[in-house]
Amino acid sequence: MAAQLRVRGVSKSFGAVAAVRDVSFDLHPGEAHALVGENGAGKSTIVKMLAGVHRPDAGTLELDGTALALTGPADAKAAGIAVIYQEPTLFPDLSVAENIAMGRQPLGRFNTIDRAAMVAQATRLFTRLGVAIDPNRPARGLSIADQQLVEIAKALSVDARVVVMDEPTAALTGVEVERLFAVARSLRDDGAALLFISHRFEEITALCQRVTIMRDGKHVSTDLLEDTSVDEMVRRMVGRDLDALFPKQDVTPGATVLKVEGLTRDPVFKDISFEVRAGEIVALAGLVGSGRSEVVQSIFGVDPRDGGTVQVAGKTLKPKNPKQAMAAGVALVPEDRRQQGLVMELSIERNVTLPRSRSLSQLGFLTGSSERRSAKEWTERLKTKYGRLSDEVGTLSGGNQQKVVLAKWLATGPRVLIVDEPTRGIDVGTKAEVHRLMSSLAAEGVAVLMVSSELPEVLGMADRVLVMREGRLVAELSRAEATEESVMFAAMGQEATV
Amino acid sequence: MTAVELTAPKRSSLDFVLRARELGIIIALALLVAVTVISNPRFLSGQSVRDILLNTAILAVLAVGQAVVVITRNIDLSVGSVLGLSAFTVGTLLQNNPGLPVVLALLIGAAVGGVCGVLNGVLVRYGKVPALVVTLGTLYVVRGVTYFWAGGSQINADELPPGFLSFGNASLLGVPMLVLIALVALVVTAVVLRNYRVGRELYAMGSSPQAAQLAGIPTGRRTVGAFLVSGALAGVAGVLFAARFGTIDAAAGTGMELNVVAAVVVGGVAVFGGSGTVWGAALGALLLTTIGSALAVLEINQFWQQAIVGGLILLAIGADRLVAVRVAAGLKKRGSHVG
Repeated sequence: MAAQLRVRGVSKSFGAVAAVRDVSFDLHPGEAHALVGENGAGKSTIVKMLAGVHRPDAGTLELDGTALALTGPADAKAAGIAVIYQEPTLFPDLSVAENIAMGRQPLGRFNTIDRAAMVAQATRLFTRLGVAIDPNRPARGLSIADQQLVEIAKALSVDARVVVMDEPTAALTGVEVERLFAVARSLRDDGAALLFISHRFEEITALCQRVTIMRDGKHVSTDLLEDTSVDEMVRRMVGRDLDALFPKQDVTPGATVLKVEGLTRDPVFKDISFEVRAGEIVALAGLVGSGRSEVVQSIFGVDPRDGGTVQVAGKTLKPKNPKQAMAAGVALVPEDRRQQGLVMELSIERNVTLPRSRSLSQLGFLTGSSERRSAKEWTERLKTKYGRLSDEVGTLSGGNQQKVVLAKWLATGPRVLIVDEPTRGIDVGTKAEVHRLMSSLAAEGVAVLMVSSELPEVLGMADRVLVMREGRLVAELSRAEATEESVMFAAMGQEATV
Repeated sequence: MTAVELTAPKRSSLDFVLRARELGIIIALALLVAVTVISNPRFLSGQSVRDILLNTAILAVLAVGQAVVVITRNIDLSVGSVLGLSAFTVGTLLQNNPGLPVVLALLIGAAVGGVCGVLNGVLVRYGKVPALVVTLGTLYVVRGVTYFWAGGSQINADELPPGFLSFGNASLLGVPMLVLIALVALVVTAVVLRNYRVGRELYAMGSSPQAAQLAGIPTGRRTVGAFLVSGALAGVAGVLFAARFGTIDAAAGTGMELNVVAAVVVGGVAVFGGSGTVWGAALGALLLTTIGSALAVLEINQFWQQAIVGGLILLAIGADRLVAVRVAAGLKKRGSHVG
């Protein structure tokens, strides 16, 4: 069978980060092809290249044997490549029929849009899909599942020969997934080439014939699904060398400091209960979107909660009250330091002392000297590299910015330190620094709760690993039980059979 | 409303909301006129109605252009200054060439405004600066240029050719020319926005800029195009202004941009783009102008006019929110499926 779409040795870098390196695979007509890999393996970058959003730095895309130069989404559409994103991209103010026809509305007299034909086209497509969506209603207010069906109708309307679906099932219920799959199968059987991205193996085995595995931006393997097993796929996804070891000091855990019971926020997470003891590092693992960050934001009181309690050293924290959480000794180092952790335009010293501006001020006035002294102490302890303390934080490198965020919170002398993706996007050396620091804090008796997507970090640092999947706590693994496979299996909803 | 809309095969709830919105303005307008007429019957005399329509014409032309820009989730604050520059340019040309045909004067005004509009569009799009900031800047720049050029000089009615001034008062079949021109601008823009791909793409961009990009809509060209339309219409409005008032100085049209934005918002064009019609914007202009005249007839202090316009804007935004919330709730309850 001739390949419909060939991906030939494509690479793409963003700044210094190589997102995709020399990846090749073929999509065949009438076949559903799964693309799997951990978070950050480069799947979304591949999708965006096929969609014409990103241009590959090297390598080519070939459709029916001719090279494709996609200079924008319009080119991809014209070539017959339709992309259905995880978050559907509809125009909420326009009607469903118009959303489907946008850019190719049927024309009547004087090149005006023939609305009747446009609605008829939408009705025809929905009939073919076997769904009953009113073509005249605005897209606003459609459920995610229906929005996805509209996206598929869009793909059908252009007779797309290659349909890319980027985690289309992430927000769907079981019935909706079934309906989507029925549609996907009929597309496939009509001769379209499908590229299906998902974290759920049961869906991949239900729909796909071939699977390509990516890891760290590189192609690992492409096999017929019948020639491989779920175990094998997971092993290939995570199977990297564990050369970077993290120096977690052994600490005998003390009394329980953080106690979370039945924490719920519909529909993001449900019934989360766990404890963190003094001197312990507990990792909260799981896939992106499983609700980890939302849980810690809720504990800290930034996000609201629907139910459950949070106790710090026996004292119950009120919901939506970060000030009280801070007073109780909780510190949160957020995931996105640019957005949430730092004021980029302020100086390093001002950033470091921001949460303590009250305790550092004398008679209500902040004095430069006390700020500077305190900032100097902590930035030195964290080995932060900077020109002057009065430099803007925005001028520092990513790793050093992260150290400033840490300094800012460590200087408050927390009893519970919550870190969300503490080493995302920073270099190996700084990573080791951050790990060393977390370990020594735990040794001093701080209870550390760490959200991390990097398995080696989780396995190297954590005394215990809590695994979340789709808003629920699905596994608690001791340091001895936690392996790359067992954590990934739990995160993806598969039984550990290794 | 328009014949086009009435012949549309099926009415979506979206259209219904928009139409309900325009109906609201018409009802408010009717109430206002009724109350004013009861207190002073001369309010509906020929001359009074004619004055209101003439004043509305200029504001409506500006509002139509503004609506096009606002629909794309942008704003054009420079229209008052562009009107001034266009009025002064055309006035000066007419001073020196009394034989200049009116049509040519209108085209020159549109060209002057169009250049300003393209400048705005390019700065917004390729400078990646928010439209609010760019057009606030060009508001002062264009006004500054006009002041620099005009100095303290003023063009008076007696310096303008009588042919041009009579155009400001002329009528065709009883309808003032200025009103006819505004109607032409309104109808053409409305048809393009509603029935042509280009128009729908402007709504799409305002509704979701990101989705518009992914849908392959040439958003850059469309943004510049929207500002071009707004600028050109502001230029035309400048010529109408010159013809109507005959006296032009460098301050012509100062502060007008706020009336225009008010008309557009009151007319139901969502400030976040993606919805609203130029019909609504034009009705908004008519309502605001009528309020001004009615207050004068009712001998209410001019000060109240501003307070009332302000209140109307808040009311309009409040009503939009309320309708949006209720429609959203209705759409959810109904589910997405027919029957």
